[in-house]
Amino acid sequence: MTSEMISVQDLAVRFTANQTKKWPWSKPGVVKAVNGVSFAVNRGQTLGIVGESGCGKSTLVRAIAGLVKPSHGTVRVGGKVVDYSRRKEVIALRRQVQMIFQDPVASLNPRMTIRDIIAEPLVMFFPEMNGEARETRVHALLDRVGIPRRNANRYPHEFSGGQCQRIGIARALAAEPKVLLCDEPVSALDVSIQAQVVNLLQELQADMGLTLIFVAHDLGVVRHISDEILVMYLGGMMEQAPADALVARPTHPYTRALLSAVPVPDPSQRITPQVLDGDLPSPLNLPQGCLFQSRCPARLPECATTRPDLKRDGRHYRACLLEAS
Amino acid sequence: MTLLSVQDLSIRFRTPDGYVHAVNNVSFDIEEGEKLAVVGESGSGKSQIALAILGLLANNAEASGRILYKGQNLLDLPRREMNKIRAKEISIIFQDPMSSLNPYMTVERQLNEILELHEGLRGRAARSRVLEVMEAVQIPDAKNRLKSYPHEFSGGMRQRIVIAMALLCRPKLILADEPTTALDVTVQAQIMHLLEDIQKEYGSSIMLITHDLGVVAGFCNETLVLYGGRVMERAGTAAIFAAPAHPYTRGLMRAVPNIHDPSATLQSIPGQPPNQTRPLVHCPFAGRCGDSLEACFDILPELSPAPHQRACIRAVEELT
Repeated sequence: MTSEMISVQDLAVRFTANQTKKWPWSKPGVVKAVNGVSFAVNRGQTLGIVGESGCGKSTLVRAIAGLVKPSHGTVRVGGKVVDYSRRKEVIALRRQVQMIFQDPVASLNPRMTIRDIIAEPLVMFFPEMNGEARETRVHALLDRVGIPRRNANRYPHEFSGGQCQRIGIARALAAEPKVLLCDEPVSALDVSIQAQVVNLLQELQADMGLTLIFVAHDLGVVRHISDEILVMYLGGMMEQAPADALVARPTHPYTRALLSAVPVPDPSQRITPQVLDGDLPSPLNLPQGCLFQSRCPARLPECATTRPDLKRDGRHYRACLLEAS
Repeated sequence: MTLLSVQDLSIRFRTPDGYVHAVNNVSFDIEEGEKLAVVGESGSGKSQIALAILGLLANNAEASGRILYKGQNLLDLPRREMNKIRAKEISIIFQDPMSSLNPYMTVERQLNEILELHEGLRGRAARSRVLEVMEAVQIPDAKNRLKSYPHEFSGGMRQRIVIAMALLCRPKLILADEPTTALDVTVQAQIMHLLEDIQKEYGSSIMLITHDLGVVAGFCNETLVLYGGRVMERAGTAAIFAAPAHPYTRGLMRAVPNIHDPSATLQSIPGQPPNQTRPLVHCPFAGRCGDSLEACFDILPELSPAPHQRACIRAVEELT
């Protein structure tokens, strides 16, 4: 069964940058962090979002979670449009959409025991639950993520990074969400621990039918966990396709450059990274045409004036004026 | 010819809760012109070895063993003598390009400082040398950017400046401590390319500390694998990737997703990193090893002889 779980239509996020003001009365600059991103993810599927630092991938998932306010566009969860201006609705949204953060230690309150950390969403979302039932549920969640129950009275600093990330996952699962937003959940972890957390997320997804949105800059990990991959650059969408197709046949010049730079753990294979000249334009002052034009090796004259629309070819989306070949 | 020889190096830290044993009897050599990768996870002691080589260990550290460079033991060298070696003979590139530059000094002043101290160069002579390395690390418009402060550069450019700094005196050995971990893949590719070109041109040896097996495979000719402050395996990079002979190295390679081989399942290494508050009495990896025997919890295996060195009591053929 494939039914749409979460969809985003033309989402944009802007921040006003007051420090760019020259005088108290001058207008502040506007950072366009996310520019018109659209996608839909079906129930039980995983969408990977990749891009370099500053491309807006974290801001995008934060906007979906209601942690920053989207300035434009709509988010639908389970077919229903979310109204971010109403606090009640945002709280109801968090029942369904939970988030896992990049820094596993910093995302847990150091003054709370892990029992209290995991029980907090239960108190919030299931106020009718009695103490005993809550305790049973906390234990079940700890078992599920592989943290021994006897550790429930300990504090976050007594755990390693990998264990803290497991606790963060348990806390997210406590609300019984349907969608899990993962913002670089494994980037701070060691390789051997990273694999543990990725495998745990995949198991949980299979068992509970979770829908994942997985943001990371490590293309290998994203490729491994995702059904579809969305590539972002400067807040805009460059390409989206099923993971196999995107890696095997990237059609956007930016995706090609990005993939060519991924190091391969095999000394017999030499990679020849395609070097991107030029610097990232400032998100305060976006180019008029294609976002990628200043560094694109295949730039056409019209790229400077026309912002390409997202064109669809089956399940493959791309925003580029060049013919796909 | 051996350039630097680390012999039986142990580093422990005094803490209120007792000693932390970060590095345990590590020995290895770096040859002239060699690109050695030191691979390990956090807590494996890889950065502490680099700091020990340059005499930059924290005040509560106690190091024993020997680090031989040109016949002198760097561990007993007085500070004055050590200062002559730093930057001139052995230099270091740190992980975080933001915190390894002084935010209050222009790039030019920071670079000049080194030349003045080590080579007595000032004024025009220093300036031309600075420009030369800034161009070598491909900073566009170097001449006009000399007067800029570190915050005016992007992360990738800042890391180039740090590399330029490390190259200024054409050192014999460059210690690169995770030079690209904080950077994006596209920038990482550029920086590694740059290091490769510079290494060829200057003929320096490089000790690259990293946890990224992809970077190792593309860059280094020798690989040393550390775990729990102990050498697990040491061999040519091609040999180690073709036939990893230590259970930990094998586990590490299976845990890394390969973007071009998505069919492979990700096999994690169970368990948690080792507790280093007790002195090592047995193989540090035994508790997480799928191939461990009872004997593994009694014996601290020694490294086998070159060329393919490994510290494991089990035969390679018996490993899963």
